[in-house]
Amino acid sequence: MERTNGPRAVPRTTRLAPPEVVADPPLPSSRPVTLVDHDGTRVSDSSFSPPPPETLGALFRAMVIGRRFDLQASTLARQGRLAVYPSSMGQEACQVGGVLALSDHDWLFPTYRDSVAAVTHGIGPVEVLTLLRGNWHCGYDPHAHRCAPQCTPLATNASHAVGLTYAARRKRGEEGSTATTAALVLMGDGATSEGEAHEAYNYAAMWNAPVVFLVQNNHWAISVPVSKQSKAPTLAHKGVGYGMNAYHVDGNDAAAVYSTVAHALREARAGGGPALIEARTYRMEPHTNADPAHRYRDQGEVDYWRSRDPIERLETLLRAEGHLDDEVRARIDTDAELLADTLRQRMADDDELDPADLFANVYATPTPLLQAQRQRVARVGKVRR
Amino acid sequence: MSETLTMAAALNRALGDAMRADPDVVVYGEDVGILGGVFRITDGLTEEFGEERCFDSPLAEAGILGTAIGMAMNGLRPVVEMQFDAFAYPAFQQVVSHLAKLRNRTRGAVSMPVVVRIPYGGGIGGVEHHADASEAYYAHTPGLRVVSPSTPADAYTMLRESIASPDPVIFLEPKRLYWSKGPVNTTDPGAALDRAARRREGTDLTLIAYGATVEIAEEGAALAAEDGYSAEVLDLRSLAPFDDETVTESVRRTGRAIVVHEAQGFVGYGAEVAARVSEQCFHYLEAPVLRVCGLDIPYPPPKLEDLHLPSAERVLDAVRRLQWESAWTATDGEDRAAVSAGVAHTAGSTGGAS
Repeated sequence: MERTNGPRAVPRTTRLAPPEVVADPPLPSSRPVTLVDHDGTRVSDSSFSPPPPETLGALFRAMVIGRRFDLQASTLARQGRLAVYPSSMGQEACQVGGVLALSDHDWLFPTYRDSVAAVTHGIGPVEVLTLLRGNWHCGYDPHAHRCAPQCTPLATNASHAVGLTYAARRKRGEEGSTATTAALVLMGDGATSEGEAHEAYNYAAMWNAPVVFLVQNNHWAISVPVSKQSKAPTLAHKGVGYGMNAYHVDGNDAAAVYSTVAHALREARAGGGPALIEARTYRMEPHTNADPAHRYRDQGEVDYWRSRDPIERLETLLRAEGHLDDEVRARIDTDAELLADTLRQRMADDDELDPADLFANVYATPTPLLQAQRQRVARVGKVRR
Repeated sequence: MSETLTMAAALNRALGDAMRADPDVVVYGEDVGILGGVFRITDGLTEEFGEERCFDSPLAEAGILGTAIGMAMNGLRPVVEMQFDAFAYPAFQQVVSHLAKLRNRTRGAVSMPVVVRIPYGGGIGGVEHHADASEAYYAHTPGLRVVSPSTPADAYTMLRESIASPDPVIFLEPKRLYWSKGPVNTTDPGAALDRAARRREGTDLTLIAYGATVEIAEEGAALAAEDGYSAEVLDLRSLAPFDDETVTESVRRTGRAIVVHEAQGFVGYGAEVAARVSEQCFHYLEAPVLRVCGLDIPYPPPKLEDLHLPSAERVLDAVRRLQWESAWTATDGEDRAAVSAGVAHTAGSTGGAS
């Protein structure tokens, strides 16, 4: 073949395929979807209609109870009743709005910061806190609650949801159910930097999996601000590259989070594919009770977000529209106190732990090695108090 | 009914039979669909069972493992392929953090019937990242079963048993044995998955091997017989759980043991075997437990791999170093010279054992 220095000319006989026309994908707006503004007034949005008053009431109630739970858990951590507690105070709109949008057939995939989401999902507060109390890793039966164990490694729960919905689709006909199982994956802003997030988004899109990834951008991954996490205009923009529906929503607006997640789940169940939702919110407390947040962030920033509290915002709206009064609020507060009371009482003493549990569920049947170690622990072991 | 098959064909048969027997078994990974896998282990499965049951995944190992975990959480029995040993490392996080632990984390509420098939080890002239022996990483992780067959018959029965297992199995396929032939009985359930097999009887020493090195140990035993030593050869089959019973019985009888594997010796699987044998057979041992392993180097380029991989000659050399007479020691003269020169730490950590 003759060598030339320049680019090779395309022979005239070569026929090039016509370029494929690709439609411009819709880009998430830099302005988040908002249905209730931070001062508690309604905002109209052309794409999402606001939830009815009874749903708004349920969101408000779950947020109040969730915050009381969160405060109680933080106190229990200070008292040494929990090994550690990562608070989600300020993120109630995401935790509650996402979970209440699920149907009975759906699954929830929470992380360690999503205890309020798990409580809202109907799991007992003590069972939710088993992990952080240090009694065991997961305190509830995932199948009974359709809720995966709270995930500590970042982004690794996302592909599980994709596989789980794949299996559900396969099993649907066999088991006679006609409902589509969808899944809601909770992730943080830091998790979107992990390689596993990329793989999960890509698998979900390729398999058209009915999975909604709700990224709670709470602005801080321990001490690293989201500005050092990503150059994307919004984290929602990441979804576009995978061919996913992507939405950017005000994460302190429970109505907006609920409506967006419910819409994305509906679309996903109907075969419209997965969705990536960035909910912009704020972590009011440190990363955990052991984290000195004043070393890396200004109080002014915290105060700014405190003025955009998700609970106050919805309360203002509900009161203005006549769906909430002092009496209703007092009833909700009583229920929240009752939950905190029960939690305190049940956590007041250490549970009796059985050393044999260490070996019971490593394998379906304990291996000879584990049987020998169980006997040795029974002979000389001692549980630290 | 017995027929002669290659190990590759036996594995293929096991997958097909398992899929026929249980509609919940799904097979996927990179190139396993229409191509039938780069080693053709999944040949014909897509044609027979359709793309819902045997399909190509995106090129992403963590995603393969992560989605398999989700499938297993919801009633399927995924059998996934990692195309080559070293390609599985991106999935390691999923293996150790979730696959191995979910039963334990959930107190038995969630089981993980997942098989991770990994074409494994060297000896086929592959370039880097295509020849790692990574068993120690997996065997070190509680919650996993780690197995490696050495015959077509075992390949068939062990894969069937692995797929039936309620616990996750790392199924290491010695790729240099893919084309070795042997009788396969697809109706006999065969040995239990967690038991070792005696491949050769002997009275003077026990050679402990698995996967591709079983053949090496058998060749070494034949050479040793010419030297007048009667070597027993054990094929572990299951690395985790470890069959203490069979190994202990053999070593107590022979009084000497050598572990043969192709992974690096330092902190390798053989170290665990040697420690267990020492703990349980100390008063029966006539000599230290030796290891014949790969060198403590990254897997070498293919033209040098024979220097790294255990050979029958190196097994024979180890047999000769087993302190048959009081004047002998397990460490050869060269290494002792290095120790006395104060350079032991640079002389190779497995020293005379390799």
